[in-house]
Formats: sequence, structure tokens, C-alpha cells
Amino acid sequence: MSNTSRRDFLKHTSVAAASAGVLASVGSRAFADGDDTIRIGLVGCGGRGTGAAAQALSTTGNVKLVAMGDAFADQLENSLKNIERQTRKVEDAHIAVDDDHKFVGFDAYRKVIASDIDLVILATPPGFRPLHFEHAVASGKHVFMEKPVATDAGGVRQVLEAARVAKEKNLKVGVGLQRHHQPCYLDLVERVKNGEIGDVLAMRVYWNGGGVWEPRRTRDQVASEMEYQMRSWYYYNWLCGDHICEQHIHNLDVGNWILGGYPVKANGMGGRQVRTDKRYGEIYDHHAVEYTFADGRTMISQCRHIRGCWNSVSEHGHGTKGMVHLSSNPRSCKLEYANGDEYQFKGDTKTPYQIEHDDLFAAIREGRSYNEAVNGAMSTMTSILGRMCTYSGKEITMDEALNKGSSIMPSNLADLTFESTPPTVPDENGFYPIPMPGKTEVLDS
Amino acid sequence: MFAGEGDDEKYLRNPDSIATTEAEMKPYTQKLRDTEISFEMVPIPGGTFIMGSPEDEPGRAEDEGPQHKVKIEPFWMGKHEVTWDEYDTWRLELDKRLRQFAGRESDNIDTLADAVTRPTPEYTDMTFGMGHDGYPAISMTQLAAKMYCKWLTSKTGQYYRLPTEAEWEYACRAGTTTAFSFGDDPEKLDEYGWFYGNSPDGYQKVGLKKPNPWGLYDMHGNVAEWCLDQYVPDFYSKFDNDKVAIFPVAVPSELYPRVVRGGSWYDEEPELLRSAARQKSDPDWKIQDPQLPQSMWYLTDAEFVGFRVIRPLNPPSEEEIKKYVLYPDIPEELIK
Repeated sequence: MSNTSRRDFLKHTSVAAASAGVLASVGSRAFADGDDTIRIGLVGCGGRGTGAAAQALSTTGNVKLVAMGDAFADQLENSLKNIERQTRKVEDAHIAVDDDHKFVGFDAYRKVIASDIDLVILATPPGFRPLHFEHAVASGKHVFMEKPVATDAGGVRQVLEAARVAKEKNLKVGVGLQRHHQPCYLDLVERVKNGEIGDVLAMRVYWNGGGVWEPRRTRDQVASEMEYQMRSWYYYNWLCGDHICEQHIHNLDVGNWILGGYPVKANGMGGRQVRTDKRYGEIYDHHAVEYTFADGRTMISQCRHIRGCWNSVSEHGHGTKGMVHLSSNPRSCKLEYANGDEYQFKGDTKTPYQIEHDDLFAAIREGRSYNEAVNGAMSTMTSILGRMCTYSGKEITMDEALNKGSSIMPSNLADLTFESTPPTVPDENGFYPIPMPGKTEVLDS
Repeated sequence: MFAGEGDDEKYLRNPDSIATTEAEMKPYTQKLRDTEISFEMVPIPGGTFIMGSPEDEPGRAEDEGPQHKVKIEPFWMGKHEVTWDEYDTWRLELDKRLRQFAGRESDNIDTLADAVTRPTPEYTDMTFGMGHDGYPAISMTQLAAKMYCKWLTSKTGQYYRLPTEAEWEYACRAGTTTAFSFGDDPEKLDEYGWFYGNSPDGYQKVGLKKPNPWGLYDMHGNVAEWCLDQYVPDFYSKFDNDKVAIFPVAVPSELYPRVVRGGSWYDEEPELLRSAARQKSDPDWKIQDPQLPQSMWYLTDAEFVGFRVIRPLNPPSEEEIKKYVLYPDIPEELIK
């Protein structure tokens, strides 16, 4: 097309923004004793970990992937192939993962972190994150970790403590809540914070969709219950945290961001209405939660995995002088003022999945403090609090949830094998125990 | 591909959909089994037309020339862009679920239709809050659109596919030679199509504006529509102006760029919605897909792209399907 369309214009603005970033980092290239190469390792080689590694390699300056780990060998090889394919044209992306640095099994994370790396990407199912993060920080590595950062309160406490240590050691920590790096969010949240729609009194946040991937293996295709759950981790709470934690955390996190804190209590309801087959493990297919903040303001939240229903993945703030509408689609981001005027975001549409790595790696190269772990942990805890409310049917305070929330993890997490018994197991017909509001206990007495 | 003779009742066959000559072709409505959903098809007569735009057409781009003669065989075309209602019947397996809910046993037709691959569930809401029932399906890859056609073929027992770029432009022009099928005046676009100027927040329900002379709605705007072709900027220069091109198609071999036509609600300038205007797919259309490899099925950032189906009067042979890559070709870079 010879015409300058809106689409081309947006593209050009993002290119301009990218080159500005390049200029900013020149002049402070020295890293690790004069060698400017940042050496990275990947723990968790699924689709997201693979994408994160490719994005880390695509940041400005030399980045070298030197070690990879996954519970499954097949997953690791595919991941490496895809990273190579994706970064083929990136000049300063280097891939040097020899066979001695491909680690398979539950302890692969220890071996990746023990390799000669500066930064580790943690992208396994979230249940392992606290263990992996704690070990990475103890070993003095910078970290990029995917959200959520835990699946129970004990895990959140562990991450909060490791975050404190990371700060002491001046380690940089990025968390995959990429909306914090997405231009449309940054622009509109700043406008809201500047009072353009008055005081925000309430938030509505949604992740209503049709669900995620189908279970990946049948019982006949696996050797043990542990492998069965690991292959289809989304459907098991200790690994995933339920979809309110694994997906909806993004929207809850935006609510926290705009309201400027974390909820002090919540109540909610949820259940397993449509996705009831035993191969769908133990998670619910819908949750609706009402969160209350210290000053009495409210965040209303829905998340659903049921096909053929009203869908939305978005956040909406109600202010005294207007409303804000946010979604990961920049074209849907706008402010509606009480006088009827609108402000439509029309800026940069560069992918936030790249920007979050650009920002983290720039902080490492420039020696700036950078730590997203506390917010990552508390937004994770917000989602876990919601799940505790929907499972129990009770009103629960954040304080109780964080300090007395029951463990859902195996007690021997650091020593698991494929022969270990997961924390929940099916009955003789293959069905798992399902949390039951009014009966299920989620707090330690 | 087809379940065989004598299955008209099971296919919910509309007698108006049966024709062996161009003269017998009628408009028809096809219902989808086990659902309340149907779609309408309009006959498009065969003929010869001038493809591309004259050099003095305002807003014209270089890739729209040189103009050349093309002969088109008769086909039916979807009166509307494929809606979410139709698309989700396949994408979300709603037909299978409704069949199970109704307790109907699977038969030979279901076996064939169920064997067609369906997309993995979406990661996010693919309507982006713009509406579902009666609205055009969007953000699908060309592979997904082609796979839908394959499923629709098995489901109905009649052969459906995407149009070639030439067939699309022929149907859009509907016998006209002006910039738009309603003339040259972009001021009149508001009566015929949705673009940024009258629909800046998103797509609209199909069929709300005036149709073109052949009864097709939303050919200009609303959502851009997938064609079969690889986008080749100088493709038109390959044709000898003294001859009539027969079934010209840039057979696709690369994932990008491929052709979409018609412009959309997202286009600000009316000239991007002209009959001859060509647009091409771009890797940026899935830039927010966080997984690697990226999805075969979804374009996270192309909420202005949909499609429309056609049904040729004379279905292609197996050899032709292979030769022109009419089948759903899975791009190498998206294989898991």
C-alpha cells in the first residue's frame, strides 16, 4: 500500500520508540568485567518459557542462552528449535546450549541455576515458582519469572522473603505481568492517577473466556499419576492455582494498580458447572469475587472458562468524573469523561512481552534497581485469596489468608520424582475431590 | 470429502442449492446440523472483467496495476461475512456438544466433519468486547479460515472455499468499473460500508448497510476478507494484456504476506476500501501472542480481518485442490 494508513503510522511510532531505547543504553555497555554479554538460562520450556527466552535474546546488546531445563526431554528439544528459528535474524542473540547444559527432570532448575549464567527465566507451572525463585536468589542470579509466582499462601510468603533478599543483593527481578509495560496501560493509568476521571471508587475486572488447552495426555499415555498431572498441569491446583490465579491475576493486578494497594478482605462464589469430566482434574470453571480495600472501595471480579457465554478480558474503573476502560488490545483502551468526551489511546502498539524484557535487561546493563517481585507476590496473593473465598464460601481477610492459608503443595517439593504421589489423587473411578463451598476448609486452625 | 449419495436429508439440503448449470443457480440458505444457525449464499454469474484500477483512480496504489482481463467461472458467495455464530459452531465444537446434548448418535457425515481439525481454545476473548451474535468472526489466521471451509464442506456435502483475489474483486465490483461498487464518490461510503469514519470502535453486525449490485453486503469495509492468494505486489504485470487470464491465483508458499481484501472498520481512509485496493498479512498481526511457536489459529492483533466463503458451481478435482493449494496448508513455522 502506498497510502499512509493508520496501521503504518502506529508501526512507525513503535519503531521510533525502539530506537530511542537503543540510544539510551549506549555508553553504559560495560557488564560483567567488560564483557557486555548477558548469559541466560531457561527453566520451563513450554510455549511461554520459549517465547520469554526469545524475547530476552531480542533485547538490545549481546545475550547468550547457555542452559535449559524442563521436566520433559521432548519439551526441551522443541523449545530450543523454536528459539533458534525465532531469533535467527537477531544479530546479537547467541544460542550455545550444548548437550551438557540440557537438563531434564524435577531437579533441572538446580543445574540450570548452577550453570555460568547471569539471569534465569523461571517459566515452569507456577507451583514450583517459590522454590525456584528462592534458589535463584540464593545463588545470586537475576530473574525473570512468569506470573503467577505461587499457588498457595505459603508460596507467596516464600517469594516475599526471597524478594527481600534479592533487594539486599541488588538482584533485578522482572515478573510477567506485562500490562505494567504496555504503552496503553501506562498512558491511561497515569491519566487516571493524575485525576482525569476523579477518584476511582470501584473496579470491575474480567477474564471470561472459553478455557485453555485440553488435557495433553490420557492415562494410557503416561507412566504415573505424577506424570499425568504434570503433563496437564493447568487442571491441578498445586501446579496451577486454578484459573483465577493462573489467568485472572492479570486483571486483578490492574485493579490493585489503579486502586493503589491490595484488598483487605474478599468474599465470592464459584463452581464447576460445565467442565466436569474427570480429565479436567479439580479446578473450577467459574469464580466471582468481591474484594474490599482498606478504605472500603470495591473490586468486582469474574473469571470463567465456559464456551458459548459472554466473554471479556478487560478492566474498568469507575471514577467520580468518568470511567476508564482497559484491555490488552490497545484499540479498546479509553477514558470516558462525565461530560461525554472521550480519550482514545492511539499510541505505540509494540508487544508488551518484548518491552518487559527490554526494561529488565536495560536495568541490568545500567545497574538500576529493578524488583517486581513484591507486587507479583501480592497480586498472586490477591488471586489466591479469591480462590480461598470461592472454594470455602466464606468471607476471608487478606491477613488471615496470607498468614494462615493452608498449604496445597507436596511436603517434599524439593525432592519430587515421577514416582512421588501428588497432593490430590483420583478415586477408583478417576475423579478428583472437588472443593465444596460451605464445607471446604482453606485456613489452618 | 463427501459422505455419499442419498444423504440430502441429513445434510439439511436446500433444493435451491442444487444446480448443474449457471442458469439453474439460485440464492439459498444452508442450515448447520444440530444448531439453529444458517447462512445465505448468493449466485455470482460467470464472466470476464477488468481486474485492477486505472492509473488515474484517486488513492490508487501501484500494486493495483496494470489492469488486465480475467475470466471468472460461476460460483455462489456468502451474502455476508462469516459470523461468530457460524464460526464458533466449528471453532468451539458447539455442533458436537449440541449433538451430544440432544442424544443423537453420530453418523457417517459426523465422522467426516468431526475428523477436520479444530482450533485450540483461544487464550483471550477474541471478540475484544466488540460483540458476538450476528457480528463477523475476526482475528483468525488464513489457515483457520481455510480449515473452516474444509469443515463446512464435510458438514454440508457441498464444496466451499475462500475466494481467489480475482474472484473476490469480480464479486465486489459486481459489473462496475468505478472505484467502489456504488460509484466513485467516497462521500457515499457511509451508505454502503463500515470504516473508521463511521465505526471507530469496532466492527458492526453484518448486513446493516446497502448491498452491492449482486446482493453482497459489507464487501467494502466492516472486516477485511481473506483470499487464497499469496500477496505478490507485481502479480498483475505477469499477464498478457491481449489475452484473458483464466483462474489467476498467486499460489501460496510462504506464510506472509497473503491477501486480504475490502478494507475494514479499522481503515481511516476511504480509498483503502476501494474495489481494487489490496492489503497483505503481516507478522505484526500476531505480535501479542506470547507463546512460541505462535498459534496456528489466532491473529491476536488483527481484529479487522475476517472472511467470506464461496462455492464454485463446478467443484475442483483433487489435482486442482493440490495444484492451487486450496487445502488448509499448515505453515512450517507454526508447527508445534
